[in-house]
Amino acid sequence: MKVTKKKPKKEREKMANKKSEKLIDKKGIRLDGRKVDELRPVKMDVGVLSNADGSAYLEQGRNKILVGVYGPKEAHPRHIAKQDRAVIQCRYHMAPFSVDERKSPAPSRRDVELSKVIREALEPAVFLEYYPRTSIQVYIEILQADGGTRCAGITAAALALADAGIPMRDLVVACAAGKAGGKIALDLMDTEDKVGEADVPVALMPNLNAITLLQMDGNLSVDEFNAAVDMALGGCKKLYELQKEALKSKYVSAEEAK
Amino acid sequence: MPLFYEKKQLVAPGDLLAEGDYVSGDSTYKENEKIYASRLGLVDYDGKRVHVVALKAFYIPVPGDTVIGKVVETTPSGWVIDIKAPHPARLRASDVVERSFKPETTDLPSIFDVGDLIIANVIAYDRTRDPQLTVREPGLGKIVRGQLVEVTPTKIPRIIGRQGSMVGMIKRETGCQLTIGQNGLILISGRSPEAERLAVMALRKIEKESHTSGLTDRVTEMIRKERKAVESN
Repeated sequence: MKVTKKKPKKEREKMANKKSEKLIDKKGIRLDGRKVDELRPVKMDVGVLSNADGSAYLEQGRNKILVGVYGPKEAHPRHIAKQDRAVIQCRYHMAPFSVDERKSPAPSRRDVELSKVIREALEPAVFLEYYPRTSIQVYIEILQADGGTRCAGITAAALALADAGIPMRDLVVACAAGKAGGKIALDLMDTEDKVGEADVPVALMPNLNAITLLQMDGNLSVDEFNAAVDMALGGCKKLYELQKEALKSKYVSAEEAK
Repeated sequence: MPLFYEKKQLVAPGDLLAEGDYVSGDSTYKENEKIYASRLGLVDYDGKRVHVVALKAFYIPVPGDTVIGKVVETTPSGWVIDIKAPHPARLRASDVVERSFKPETTDLPSIFDVGDLIIANVIAYDRTRDPQLTVREPGLGKIVRGQLVEVTPTKIPRIIGRQGSMVGMIKRETGCQLTIGQNGLILISGRSPEAERLAVMALRKIEKESHTSGLTDRVTEMIRKERKAVESN
């Protein structure tokens, strides 16, 4: 019988670094051919579902996300209603077929946490105080996941809210940056997120210049963290232009269809 | 005091519309002397007032509005009506039943049953209580015939037109009766299915082209052309 001894800590760290180094080659090109400051190809569609009050579909690299919004309508169960404002009920859910290995469709601990985090990223943007005692429901369905789904989910949810005609202070757009292969890189995909050193998702209200979500997973120096946030904000601004285009193109296509 | 967009330009939530001494109108908000859009729609200026005609919105009841709703529930004291607003509306039985109303003897479902469509007026709504309706005025009550068309509530003013010029025209040209609910539902009842079809077509055209000018003339033209085509067949 072969016994594998646990390697000393230093050696293990060295190995992890080696693995991580392969994420970005000498020319600064990443596994999927992107440069460090490049977003994945993004496609956004608004008003894709006819039964929901508002909806959006978003593809970012291999991520595929569908969002449906209802409301504002009477809050159920009654006790969740607030007397002075509307509540947002947000569900982030990964489809069983969204990852390599079948995921149980029951909400996982991670799903529940992301639902809360996304809800809190959207809340500052919506005029909740206009519609007391009601609830706005946001259903984020991850059809295919490849890293950065919380950010892509926020971007898509903001589009769906705007599509539902819910008054908003601003759109919300989210993008992550992180450290992979020893370098700060934009919009990490799944492998870079798992093998890499750190991930910093950021959500932004671009016109008000306010951050509504900021998380960090992994280890970064202060300088690296600042660089990552700056890079993520740059990504947000690019995505925001696409978001506006997607919203407006729905209307333009209706105009051409006369 | 700059304005950042031209009239009828398309804006998204968060777009800065105007800065300085302006008044914030529908689908906009004001913060630090700056006016931003809060919905996707078309900008419009009306003197000092900046507003956005939203492409999609939901209905917020205003006392005095005529609305069209659907009965969703009968309760011992009245009905619950869906008027496509954030809150379900209430219609009290004492508003409908003459003289002394006794919950134990009056058969409410025989007056309005679940699924019935009614025309009603909003009498009270203040965000702390659900909207109250009344049917005690001429022209209100159960809908017995006709067709319903649904549009986004923000487009209702366009359908009515200046001093009712647009509805007036549709009524004249198609010979249909139109009842406009401020909540985006419009009842059409005409002498023939053909007349109703024309009115529906006209409403759909207005909805689609609500941002363009000279619309009344174009809709008139369309109705006349359609009618001629049908008559010649």
